[in-house]
Amino acid sequence: MTQLVKINVTVNGVSYEREVEPRLLLSDFIRHDLKLTGTHVGCEHGLCGACTILFDGQSVRSCIMFAVMADGHKIETVESLGTPEHLHPLQEAFMEKHALQCGFCTPGFLMTLVDYLGDNKNPTDEEIREAIDGNFCRCTGYENIVEAVKLAAKKMAAHS
Amino acid sequence: MKPAPFEYYAPKTTEEALQNLTDLGYSGKVLAGGQSLIPAMNFRMARPSALVDLNNVAELAYIKPTADGGIAIGTMTRDSVVEQDPIVKQRMPIVAETMGYIAHPQIRARGTFGGAIAHADPAAQLPALSLALNARLLVKRKGAERWVTAEEFIVGPFMTVLEPEDMLAEVVLPPLAPRTAGSYKQVSRQRGGYAQAATISVVGLDDRNRVKDVRCVLFSVGETPILSKYAAKVLVGNEATEAAIADVAAYVAKNECDPGSDLHGTTEYRRQLVEVLVRRALTEAVLRAKK
Repeated sequence: MTQLVKINVTVNGVSYEREVEPRLLLSDFIRHDLKLTGTHVGCEHGLCGACTILFDGQSVRSCIMFAVMADGHKIETVESLGTPEHLHPLQEAFMEKHALQCGFCTPGFLMTLVDYLGDNKNPTDEEIREAIDGNFCRCTGYENIVEAVKLAAKKMAAHS
Repeated sequence: MKPAPFEYYAPKTTEEALQNLTDLGYSGKVLAGGQSLIPAMNFRMARPSALVDLNNVAELAYIKPTADGGIAIGTMTRDSVVEQDPIVKQRMPIVAETMGYIAHPQIRARGTFGGAIAHADPAAQLPALSLALNARLLVKRKGAERWVTAEEFIVGPFMTVLEPEDMLAEVVLPPLAPRTAGSYKQVSRQRGGYAQAATISVVGLDDRNRVKDVRCVLFSVGETPILSKYAAKVLVGNEATEAAIADVAAYVAKNECDPGSDLHGTTEYRRQLVEVLVRRALTEAVLRAKK
């Protein structure tokens, strides 16, 4: 008999109650059970950062957590940021600075950075590189991502 | 890339967790932050038949200053919490310095202080740090507890003295003597990646600048973190001159570590890294201790 565990998780402000197998990865729970496919799965062993989400407000890798570990916790995924009509300033900055090409890594970068920029309003280039050292991008070479983060910091300061 | 099935236990207290571990015996494994265990399970390199998840055991996450000037850290304290803790920064800057080298911010948000030590990865920072600071580890099992030094705790690559029913419950970092400081040095191919060679060196001086105590630990260059015996033998009681430090670095690199060759570096190259890193770390630790 497969063990099923009842969990209660708040994702992007919506509360979900589900029964899950203990071995279900949080990334797969988000994508397959909740159909929130904005969270991408790259390496599935915690190296690439594509699956980054906010877990109780902190950026974490969802592919190396089990869904059962999210019971009673709050999650935000990339779907929580903006809409196509009203992009989040960070998304606007990524678009304006051409900080993505194929876009596969982008949700992970955005969720890492939305956490980081919340605590660091005016980071230096070096600090930005440190903040994104856990996210791989194979298209951009990172230069435009650093530029986008600086622009996003300005935009977010203007918004607040 | 999906883990094999396992039974899941989510105790709320230490007592309940110890009971689970006792009941499960060899089939049970502790799940702490999961930042090493879950990737290994995704690859099915690890296939535990039952996990005892400590993430709901709130009483295992704390940082407490001890009366003698040390710090006690609960096993489930997140790395990011240790990294940013003001008492840690003030009492043991070398701890805060080391934390920043552990993987990436997202990993440090979940990874735990005790979990990393119990995992005993020879390339990981926290087993080496616990050795460099001469940490005392509290091991609990149902109805019993014992204290183990970091030196006794690690017995091989990914191997510790923990028995299946045991849990590493607390890590106590003893106080640093006055005029004692550490330095962290590593070379890795990318930030947050495993080091090709690394050292955490801690040096204590007397009031005439002679070395009172030195703990020079090498890691990622052997089957376990390595505490240099030679550094203590030649430096204690003497002034840590440039020549003395150079001698220690050369000896340590040649005789006290055992780095393998791989795609990214030969044994010779990594020994050379050890020599340079040990020299830099000891020099910096001495300078900091004098301040």
